[in-house]
Amino acid sequence: MDRFVWTNGLLEMNETLVIQQRGVRLYDGDEKAKLDVGVSLLSTHRLIWRDAKNHECCIAIPLSQIIFFEEQAAGIGKSAKIVIHLHPVSPSKEPGPYQHSKFSYIKLSFKEHGQIEFYRRLTEEMTQKRWERTPVSQPMPTTTGGSQQAGRTRAVGIVGIERKLEEKRKETDKNISEAFEDLSKLMVKAKEMVELSKSIASKIKEKQGDITEDETIRFKSYLLSMGIANPVTRETHGSGTHYHMQLAKQLGDMLLAPLEERGGMMALTEVYCLVNRARGMELLSPEDLVNACKVFDALKLPLRLRIFDSGVMVVQLQSHSEEEMIASALDNVSEKGSLTSEEFAKLLGLSVLLAKERLLLAEKMGHLCRDDSVEGLRFYPNLFQ
Amino acid sequence: MSFEWPWQYNFPPFFTLQPNVDTRQKQLAAWCSLTLSYCRHRKLYTLDVMEAQESPVFNNKKIERKLSVEAIQVVFEELRKKGNLEWMDKNKTRCLIMWRRPEEWGKLIYQWVSRNGMVNSVFTLYELSNGDDTEGEEFHGLEEWMLLRSLQALQTEGKAEIITMDDGKGVKFF
Repeated sequence: MDRFVWTNGLLEMNETLVIQQRGVRLYDGDEKAKLDVGVSLLSTHRLIWRDAKNHECCIAIPLSQIIFFEEQAAGIGKSAKIVIHLHPVSPSKEPGPYQHSKFSYIKLSFKEHGQIEFYRRLTEEMTQKRWERTPVSQPMPTTTGGSQQAGRTRAVGIVGIERKLEEKRKETDKNISEAFEDLSKLMVKAKEMVELSKSIASKIKEKQGDITEDETIRFKSYLLSMGIANPVTRETHGSGTHYHMQLAKQLGDMLLAPLEERGGMMALTEVYCLVNRARGMELLSPEDLVNACKVFDALKLPLRLRIFDSGVMVVQLQSHSEEEMIASALDNVSEKGSLTSEEFAKLLGLSVLLAKERLLLAEKMGHLCRDDSVEGLRFYPNLFQ
Repeated sequence: MSFEWPWQYNFPPFFTLQPNVDTRQKQLAAWCSLTLSYCRHRKLYTLDVMEAQESPVFNNKKIERKLSVEAIQVVFEELRKKGNLEWMDKNKTRCLIMWRRPEEWGKLIYQWVSRNGMVNSVFTLYELSNGDDTEGEEFHGLEEWMLLRSLQALQTEGKAEIITMDDGKGVKFF
């Protein structure tokens, strides 16, 4: 909190307002700041906070002071927050509401929501770093540590050890912040990749016919490995049923094509791998996936979650007809005389697990019978008629 | 005369007890008829479950399949329900197999008796099963316990009466 300086609340030259949000309370570290609720403004250069009633009370912090920031989800009786970690205070700092603070981070608590948009804009500004390209009239105080170097003195005894420990701690702090910086850079790159995949997808659509089928398939596989645009996450869609419904809709869109390629049925494990590979970063938990699959029916999507007698779960197309599946199993077995589930899997390009379920289903319906010997389980056409 | 195996005998699934209820019923019916016709061909009257597993009926060496002991017991139990088999011990390891039920045997014997105009005559059991007169008849060589049961069946129908004689048992037909 001691990083804030008093300001008149007016924007400088070259500085533009990005977003403002009412009902924001400041926290000094984990403690509530001695300020009331106010408006938080994000400009290209600064993070500004102004008291809701007393407009004279206005403080700001340069964006260059921010190391990294993170979201803190809302809880029962708790508003969503954005935690902002800051560089150490510079000695040439102008006066602010706090002279000292034991915390190196502040929190913005959003009483009237808007944290998602605010967070997004803050991320944008932090990556674009527009304050570097167009400095405001006065130079912003920065934290390159020349002054620290000057102030360094040789010390012995306990003071010396303490000072050494302190230096070590600062070093660690710096390393951690750098590490996190890399992570946010990665996220930015991920976004670029999503953009790229979008543009490739639209190009494929435009040029349909101009490119060969091979190329289309190759592009498609690239897209799949790059990720889907706008993954539905808990952050954007809350939790519970609503989240699962949104997720189910997205699954419905993305699974149709792979399902058709695979003959209308996929094991849930296979779906899990495919979806998470496509999502890349915002990974799904197995539980969320199952719950999302369970609402396919309620949402009238063309997909179904099916649980076989053995407990194996699969996602199948609604149009996928059981009779057809059984008939094809019988045809294949009759043609070859007899089949194991492995052979059947190879024949259809299915997983062994699914192939076996199909054969068992056909057996249950009385179309096949089994030969269980030391050589393994084989299925024959049911000649006991 | 060699035994003619049914088509199922060379069908590997025949040797695995089918889990599907309908299929299993048909499979068991085929097993029952195979077991009975084989015993009839070989004139077998008693079977041991353990020995049976090694006999050609339940062990097809050509396709390397054999029926498990549990499955054999299921087949035998099925035969028992149909009245073609009786367990000789509580543990169900040995059994009497009746490829013809006592009533059917009785009928055959009575037909022979009346055909030869020997109603109202008395026979010893040995005469019936091993006598020169019955040579060529199907019941020739019938084991005594089986013969006795057939005659008992006739007795309940009122067509014969079993008499105890000095050196064994005899029978009078009416």
